[in-house]
Amino acid sequence: MKRFVELFQALDTTTSTNAKVEALVNYFQSVPSADAAWATYFLTGGRIKRFITSRDLQNWAMELTGMPEWLFKDAYHTVGDTAETVALLVGQARSQIKNRQMEDVPLQEWVERQILPLMPLSKPEQGERIKQWWRELDTAECFVLNKIITGAFRVGVSKTLVLRALAQVAQLDPAVVAHRFIGAWQPTAEFFQEALSAAGHTSTAPRPYPFYLAYPLEQELESLGEPQDWLAEWKWDGIRGQMMHQGGEVLIWSRGEELVTAQFPELEELARLLPEGAVLDGEILAWMDNAPLDFAALQKRLGRKKPGPAVMRESPVIFMTYDLLQWNGEDWREHPLHERKTQLALLTAQMNDPRLKFSPVLEFNSWEKLGELREQARAQSVEGLMLKRRDSTYQVGRKKGEWWKWKIDPYTIDAVLLYAQPGSGRRANLYTDYTFALWQGEELVPVAKAYSGLTDSEINRVDNWVRRNTVERFGPVRSVKPELVFEIAFENIAFSKRHKSGVAVRFPRIKRWREDKPYSEADTLDNLKSLIRGNTDSPMA
Amino acid sequence: MAQLIQVTPQGLYCPQGDFYVDPWGKVARAVVTHGHSDHARLGSQQYFCSAASVPILQHRLPQAGEIRPLAYGEAVQLGDATVSLHPAGHILGSAQVRIAAEGEVWVVTGDYKRCDDPTCEPFEVVPCDALITEATFGAPVYQWQPGAETVGEIYQWWMANRRAGLTSLLFCYALGKAQRVLAELRRFTDEEVYTHGAVEAITAIYRDQGVAMLPTRVTTDLPKDHSYTGALIIAPPSAHRSVWMKRFKNVSTGFASGWMRVRGHRRRRGYQRGFVLSDHADWPGLLRTVRETGAQRIYVTHGYKDLLARYLSHEGYAAQSLDTLFTGDDTEATVAESAAI
Repeated sequence: MKRFVELFQALDTTTSTNAKVEALVNYFQSVPSADAAWATYFLTGGRIKRFITSRDLQNWAMELTGMPEWLFKDAYHTVGDTAETVALLVGQARSQIKNRQMEDVPLQEWVERQILPLMPLSKPEQGERIKQWWRELDTAECFVLNKIITGAFRVGVSKTLVLRALAQVAQLDPAVVAHRFIGAWQPTAEFFQEALSAAGHTSTAPRPYPFYLAYPLEQELESLGEPQDWLAEWKWDGIRGQMMHQGGEVLIWSRGEELVTAQFPELEELARLLPEGAVLDGEILAWMDNAPLDFAALQKRLGRKKPGPAVMRESPVIFMTYDLLQWNGEDWREHPLHERKTQLALLTAQMNDPRLKFSPVLEFNSWEKLGELREQARAQSVEGLMLKRRDSTYQVGRKKGEWWKWKIDPYTIDAVLLYAQPGSGRRANLYTDYTFALWQGEELVPVAKAYSGLTDSEINRVDNWVRRNTVERFGPVRSVKPELVFEIAFENIAFSKRHKSGVAVRFPRIKRWREDKPYSEADTLDNLKSLIRGNTDSPMA
Repeated sequence: MAQLIQVTPQGLYCPQGDFYVDPWGKVARAVVTHGHSDHARLGSQQYFCSAASVPILQHRLPQAGEIRPLAYGEAVQLGDATVSLHPAGHILGSAQVRIAAEGEVWVVTGDYKRCDDPTCEPFEVVPCDALITEATFGAPVYQWQPGAETVGEIYQWWMANRRAGLTSLLFCYALGKAQRVLAELRRFTDEEVYTHGAVEAITAIYRDQGVAMLPTRVTTDLPKDHSYTGALIIAPPSAHRSVWMKRFKNVSTGFASGWMRVRGHRRRRGYQRGFVLSDHADWPGLLRTVRETGAQRIYVTHGYKDLLARYLSHEGYAAQSLDTLFTGDDTEATVAESAAI
């Protein structure tokens, strides 16, 4: 545990990428494989089954310190994170801890012999054990422990950096290592050793390939060279997924490397019809009458272990495929894109299944024509275009150069700041989370919450303004004088019964602060509703 | 019950003695607790302060009117009030103001801390009926380890940077914190430390008053291509990402402040390392002080004042928060700037 806490601190206290990789490499080289396996697991977003909640931590911290609930809550609001608040309240100063036995326990033992065995215990028993640990650990150790047991270990290091460090330790290509650590792997010494060995895993358990992700296109199209070197397709607004049929098993992975097979029974059936050894990349879409349903329909299918017949009828899904990663059990990622697509088109045609669609390759012979295609994107209910080099290989992670996404410009409205509340984590003491409103007659109706889009100095200025222009306080939330106007960008909009305004906007963010605009001239709710696709009705009351 | 202090548009006012404590407006007679800019402001005609604060006030407020020094514990009669200053342990010369009138004793703490600091007299507990306390860090998550331990961490960081061929750039408040670090570092080394001009000016004042610190050398007079590799440089937070900072290559940056206790503050400020070192009382220090003074009426002036006042009310004190323009010396720069007049 001590070594892992030191690693956490080293990662947390530097902004230098090289220093982070160096700290990771040192750690991986100096701890037993079982510890390294768990460290990799946590640092790449893995979590243990969540059986202790933030609320539990709060209760135990209150018991240990004798603190009333309101005081804990106020303390929390000065920090913005429960695990950290508890650590600051219960963690000991290092110099004051007499019994330091716990710190030398290796990470693996901590997790497997101390933390996981808590699972079958009753809440009071769990509380007693955890309070005992807190008495023996310093603040940093408490923080790491609290993060592990509440299953939310996030630290200032990306998965890519962890994989880069592992590749350096193993002296392997980072892409190879990335593939070995993908999917639902078990953090054991054996797995870790195999993953870093030259030969790789001996087991043939199917694992997804790391997704190849595109950056947004920011340069001029002309700088990409000749149009005929590129293939264009629609950028679908669904969930990126990988469908595989291998070793008699059928698996569907989402981009978060989560197994979502059971959530989509119709796609599971479809995957069984794929030839053995095929892996397809594509988009899971809610689809009806030859067109995508809006994202809200797809959302109804998410987060359910197993969908009921009603929701499957209302929001049926299809797999819109656009790449072939493996064929007859052979890794095809090094084949040029046009070959992969040809084989994929052939497969789709042969299967002739309404649940599997081949994302069409769009015809264009000039950059102007491509621009025209993008103009049609909204009418096609897609997010924009994907631009991929004809001969590109299928790479690992987000890479520039061969694949680009070219989204349509977002919708925008000018809205009035109505409520503000402090952010969390890095922004725990600043008013950074805002609710924006639009006019409906004489009334301002909240329509969107947005958290990002301003610069640090703008955030500081708005924070200062909020403090001086508060009208009312509701816990951490402040209502403010209607005055500041912001241009809000968003991707999509739909009618919604759950929102007071009657509409829901998707991915709202602040585009800019309209310091030039008086709040009386902000947009109306009717302006917003007129943007809804096919909305010819009069706006809802 | 007498009311020896009231909040007016000019600041905390004592009608019995016709004077203000740390006024933010322009007044005839000001009693100043210490030299930080949110407490010592220009524009008053007469300033009472501790003897050790005089050169600091003269440096910070060169156009100030008459300055009247008082020794700690020396009583002066102002109108119907007897006033004396007592060590607050915040920075060199920092004082609490004790006011006796109408058979009652009130104490205004100014900024203060309860832990050891080799650069100033330790906080003195002054028994009183009513206490006006600060609460810059009046939330239970703020608890300090001894300053010597934190400065030990600073020294370790400096040495580790040196081994890595880096220059250590430590940011901290120019008045008080910088000198405390320079004094505590003597436990570990006798090496010379580089200073930003703003830090050096105050350090010279401290040195004149006999505070032992590491030798310093100001960067201002050195050629632009001077090599600082492996050295420690101390600068005020306003110099972070400034033109001045550009002359240093391959730096590791650190910030010493009580705010560094919370990870979010550390990350938001953009320093690589945060060292938890404060010249304000932590949560246990605030509670201990309230208890030890024996005061039953408590007024909380700045920082997490509502939180502390609410807690003390729950504990049975008559406690309330007061609206003042004090910020605590190392609060958010933006807040401090907007409050500074």
